[in-house]
Amino acid sequence: MDDLREKYLTLISAAADEAALEELRVKAVGKKGEISLHMRSLGKMLPEERQIAGPALNALKDEVNLALNARKSAMADAALEERLKSEWLDVTLPGRQRLAGTIHPISQVWEEVTAIFADMGFSVAEGPQIETDWYNFDALNMPGHHPARAEMDTFYTHRAGGDDRPPHVLRTHTSPVQIRSMEKTGAPMRVICPGRVYRADYDQTHTPMFHQVEGLALDTNISMANLKWCLEEFVKAFFEVDDVELRFRASHFPFTEPSAEVDIRCSWTDGQLKVGEGDDWLEILGSGMVHPKVLAAGGIDAAKYQGFAFGMGIDRIAMLKYGIPDLRAFFDSDLRWLRHYGFAALDKPGLVSGLSR
Amino acid sequence: MKFTLSWLKDHLETQASLDEITYVLTDLGLEVEGVDNPAAKLAAFTIGKIIQVEKHPDADKLRVCQVETASGVTQIICGAPNAREGITVVVAPPGVYVPGIDTTIGVGKIRGIESYGMMCSEREMELSDEHDGIIELESGEVGQSYAEWLAQNDLERVDPVIEIAITPNRPDALGVRGIARDLAARGLGKLKDRDVAPVPTSFTSDFAVLIDEDTLDGCPIFCGRVIRGVKNDPSPDWLQQALRAIGLRPISFLVDVTNFFTMDRNRPLHVFDADKLSGNLRVHRAQGGEEIAALDEKTYQFSGGQMVISDDTGAQSIAGIMGGADTGCTDDTVNVFVESAYWNPVQIAYAGRALQINSDARYRFERGVDPAFTLEGLEHAVRMIVDHAGGEASQIIQAGAVPNTERAFKLDVERVKSLVGMDIPERMQRSTLTDLGFRLEGDMAHVPSWRPDVMGEADLVEEVARMASLTKLVGKPLARVDLGVPKPMLSLSQTREQTARRMIAALGYNECVTYSFIDRKSADMFGGGADATMLSNPISSEMSHMRPSLLPGLLQAAARNQARGISDMALFEVGPVWHGGEPEDQETLACGILVGHTGPKDVHGTRRAVDIYDAKADVEAVLQALGAPAKVQFQRGLSEWWHPGRSARMALGKTSLAGFGEIHPKVLAALDLKGPVVAFAVHTKNVPVPKSKSATRPALNISDLQVVERDFAFVVDQSVEAITLVNAAKGADKVLIDEVRVFDEFSGGSLAPGLKSLAVTVRLQPKGATLKDADIEAVAEKIVAKVTKATGGSLRG
Repeated sequence: MDDLREKYLTLISAAADEAALEELRVKAVGKKGEISLHMRSLGKMLPEERQIAGPALNALKDEVNLALNARKSAMADAALEERLKSEWLDVTLPGRQRLAGTIHPISQVWEEVTAIFADMGFSVAEGPQIETDWYNFDALNMPGHHPARAEMDTFYTHRAGGDDRPPHVLRTHTSPVQIRSMEKTGAPMRVICPGRVYRADYDQTHTPMFHQVEGLALDTNISMANLKWCLEEFVKAFFEVDDVELRFRASHFPFTEPSAEVDIRCSWTDGQLKVGEGDDWLEILGSGMVHPKVLAAGGIDAAKYQGFAFGMGIDRIAMLKYGIPDLRAFFDSDLRWLRHYGFAALDKPGLVSGLSR
Repeated sequence: MKFTLSWLKDHLETQASLDEITYVLTDLGLEVEGVDNPAAKLAAFTIGKIIQVEKHPDADKLRVCQVETASGVTQIICGAPNAREGITVVVAPPGVYVPGIDTTIGVGKIRGIESYGMMCSEREMELSDEHDGIIELESGEVGQSYAEWLAQNDLERVDPVIEIAITPNRPDALGVRGIARDLAARGLGKLKDRDVAPVPTSFTSDFAVLIDEDTLDGCPIFCGRVIRGVKNDPSPDWLQQALRAIGLRPISFLVDVTNFFTMDRNRPLHVFDADKLSGNLRVHRAQGGEEIAALDEKTYQFSGGQMVISDDTGAQSIAGIMGGADTGCTDDTVNVFVESAYWNPVQIAYAGRALQINSDARYRFERGVDPAFTLEGLEHAVRMIVDHAGGEASQIIQAGAVPNTERAFKLDVERVKSLVGMDIPERMQRSTLTDLGFRLEGDMAHVPSWRPDVMGEADLVEEVARMASLTKLVGKPLARVDLGVPKPMLSLSQTREQTARRMIAALGYNECVTYSFIDRKSADMFGGGADATMLSNPISSEMSHMRPSLLPGLLQAAARNQARGISDMALFEVGPVWHGGEPEDQETLACGILVGHTGPKDVHGTRRAVDIYDAKADVEAVLQALGAPAKVQFQRGLSEWWHPGRSARMALGKTSLAGFGEIHPKVLAALDLKGPVVAFAVHTKNVPVPKSKSATRPALNISDLQVVERDFAFVVDQSVEAITLVNAAKGADKVLIDEVRVFDEFSGGSLAPGLKSLAVTVRLQPKGATLKDADIEAVAEKIVAKVTKATGGSLRG
């Protein structure tokens, strides 16, 4: 039996290809194979003989089968290896192209601002950009003769002959949305109003269209100190700094009283803004306590409710945060600019994962 | 508003430094826009004294001086002829920049002898052109700053000019005195008494003034005095200097006096040459059509109702806005009528706007001058004129009376706390208001006549808080509306816009923000351009109409990029368009364009021209992201800026969800854009809102039975749309057929002209039992029958 074993194992290891292996299998363990024939003869043996020869033959059969399989898979491995050798590709060739889209900085900052104020309980209201002069001016304590009207460089729309209404305007701020929101929900309320606004001005630092976000919070007990806290929280969150000092300066807006311009402490080094440190002050927004006449125009009981309002430029804070130098380029759609200053579609700002990467 | 420090100090007794003053001005709401301080560049120059002079051994014109300076006795080589022992000089020590010679002084040897600084002439410090020698001062201590010496002894040479921005509510701060009053109320000094003794009446003039009854509401008081025998020479130096310092050109004494009080007291005045007036002056309303040649050498025509000052011959002044050229003062003027009046701000604002005159007088009257100061201002001016130009003054000639602006509001001391959030003691609140000119009677605060802006209790709070300084305000947390996790804050339409935006960007488009207004031609081309959407005052003809579509802006942007050498691109915008000129005519769209090719040439050969199926895939992805139903109708016949055969509207019945297709070649040509360009536009608000508010999904029903796929090719007419075939096939067995997918379109070859072959894969998903060949055959037969019937085609053999 050892001869048999020796014979087949030698033959298997010497087999040249799969066909030769198959031939050996038939010869050894096939139906009429040498080992199979030996096993058939077991029946003719004495029980004592059979008890020894049986297991030995079975073991031999298993061993030969194992050797056959091992040899077979070794052959397959060798063949695959040979094939892979010929399948070399230049991995430095470019991948198939796929367009990479971008989100405009205005949209990105819009969502950043929204995320912060939403957490403080502000909902988001939008409104028409062609506005009546009542919503844009009168309701905001700017009657027809008010000098602030002239200072706003307002765009007016055409009036057909026979239409005696005052011309509509392109809203000069998003404040009309505050009035519309007051009318819609009444107090108490918290709302921010982001959107496009228009002023007839075009130079190095002005474009006839830009973006504002205004905020309004009304309740029975909201004070200017709450306004300051709210803006401090916003500035810290938006500029992603741990601490920042805000300076309120008395000012005047027809729609708030008292009114304040708000500066943030910052430093400018090599054109780079750092918020919260340094000796410079940067004016970033206007604010104040809503004027009783404005509350009345929005249908709010000014004897019961009070609150604050503020407004700032979305484009401006985008420029400050992301170091974008020229406002006019925001609206030029230069692909090089869009790709450089734009944001990936998946970079959706949120307070959980952070506003910016 | 510009003023000099010395002018301010005419009204304010103060020890405060320039820096303190400017800081406080800004803090008070009188925002400092700029300070021009000539002393700033002299800060490092100090006073010294020459104690010994010797001739330089190697140079005839140079002297070796020993100078006592801030840092001890110093050797300085000097070439000035007047350098001699005992004189007090101005020294620039080493390291100091000398502006007049644009040099920083160093330690060096001059002809072999060391020199440690420089003694300066006025020209070297850019104080004047004086360069005959070094400065010799009459006083001054060694080591004292020269700038400080100048401020004490010769302020006008280094008088700082401060420019502040005045908000429209503060006309009182349009006069230096008003600014001084604010500073004094803040505690920065004491307001000086500047009353003058009126010039006594020397004669009685029979000149008269009159205000028409219907004009009294616009001109409650009009008064003046005649002065005889004045000499209208150039103004004295101090006045010329004061005006020049703030950028005004001295003209003649009489004119300069009016300008002075305009700036000093916010009190515009006018001086008529009395000899050029015929008869008396009458303030009245224009009939309309009257003309006047004004002081700015332009002729204006009045509209009916505007206020005019006329004499017997006609209009001589545009009331409260600008005087007339014919009766103005000249160098030869001898007899004058000095006018002081109060004009209603609203009427001046409208008249000024209508006449388009921006004068100092209009600026001030429309914001509101102090009506109670009308007569006093007149007396100030007459005093100054008589004192400097001689002459004798008549009695006061007056029509009307000072209007009553008396009003009082309750000072609620708790209101500062509740509205501003600052704790300010009552005593301080009251003293602040008193210092600002309010008169307190009990808790009622009577408003001073120069503060037209104070119209309610909130204004009192503002004054108190402003004076206490808002810088001191400490933030206080704003309570959460609801405790717990914040609720979602965005509306459905806002969420949709953001979803659309990020989906389109994810598909590879770059977001643009283009102007809401475009040129008329482009507006016309895209179905807009109506007059209702036109601006009456556009800043350019390129921005004259509200856009009817996002496409023109994006296509123009693409053309600009092509001009920069980028031929292929994907751009999009989510933004408003206008269908009319009313507030409600605004709609938000999401619109994308694909221009040129799918990308640059590449090694994989994937580059190809973009076509409508790119746009279709993208618009379908966007609609899916917005939750639109999978099955929509495709309707042909979009607007004329689309390619007529290669565009469609995606709709649910009459509700249009989106459009897509190729942009019409004529449009591309007009916009100078190299195509092809395909585009899509989505009406985000038209996508139906899901009926169920529940987040629960319907149960998933999956079959484990073997799926069978069968391919069919049909020959149909060229005009048959694939969707007809697909729908017919699907209708063959609605239970068994899971999907019908077009995988091939082919024409030409062996096919007759006008015919095409459309091949579909039909996917059968058995639900109850595994399909047998007979079942599959039966379905196949039904599919062929349905498709043949619906399309008029036949199974391809």
